[in-house]
Amino acid sequence: MEWMDYVVFSLMGLGILFTVIRLFIGPKLSDRVVSLDTFNMIVIGVIVVLASVFESNLYLDIAMVYAILAFLETVVFARYLEGKKDGNR
Amino acid sequence: MVIASYVFMIIGGLFFLLGGLGVLRMPDTFNRIQAGTKATTLGAFSILIGVALANPVWDWISKIIIIIVFIIISNPIGSSAIAKATYNSKNIPDNLVQDDLKERGDK
Repeated sequence: MEWMDYVVFSLMGLGILFTVIRLFIGPKLSDRVVSLDTFNMIVIGVIVVLASVFESNLYLDIAMVYAILAFLETVVFARYLEGKKDGNR
Repeated sequence: MVIASYVFMIIGGLFFLLGGLGVLRMPDTFNRIQAGTKATTLGAFSILIGVALANPVWDWISKIIIIIVFIIISNPIGSSAIAKATYNSKNIPDNLVQDDLKERGDK
């Protein structure tokens, strides 16, 4: 059943590809912030599946710290976006 | 147990794929916020349950429970913060049917 890992990684990689495309072509700044939020969640999933593949416990700690940093990044970007009244490029 | 864990992981990967596809294909910003956040919350939940079923040891399950609780708390807060900031920075689409925040008067 090792090949199922490749299926899961391909699905998550396609999701990461779509969010990165939206990150580059996003017309407004808020679209880029939304795509970064989704990108961070998918990367947390990739790290957790890597923990199961390598059978190492430490990757879960890395995923925990990454989740905290991703939440802080989202909130800080939202505060920055709220301060820009003019238009969001 | 192994088959159940892989089923949960495949469901989570499908939800991540649908979240990325929704962020790419939805027409305006609020639809993108909704698609990107709700789908990835359920996807992360399902993938974490799959990994916990693949390794049913207590020191894996405790960390996975901590990550699940943190994601359930933090992801809706982040999406709400992005939505409020998007509304306040005048990035509102033209085809809104109802605008309750405008009727309430305070931004």
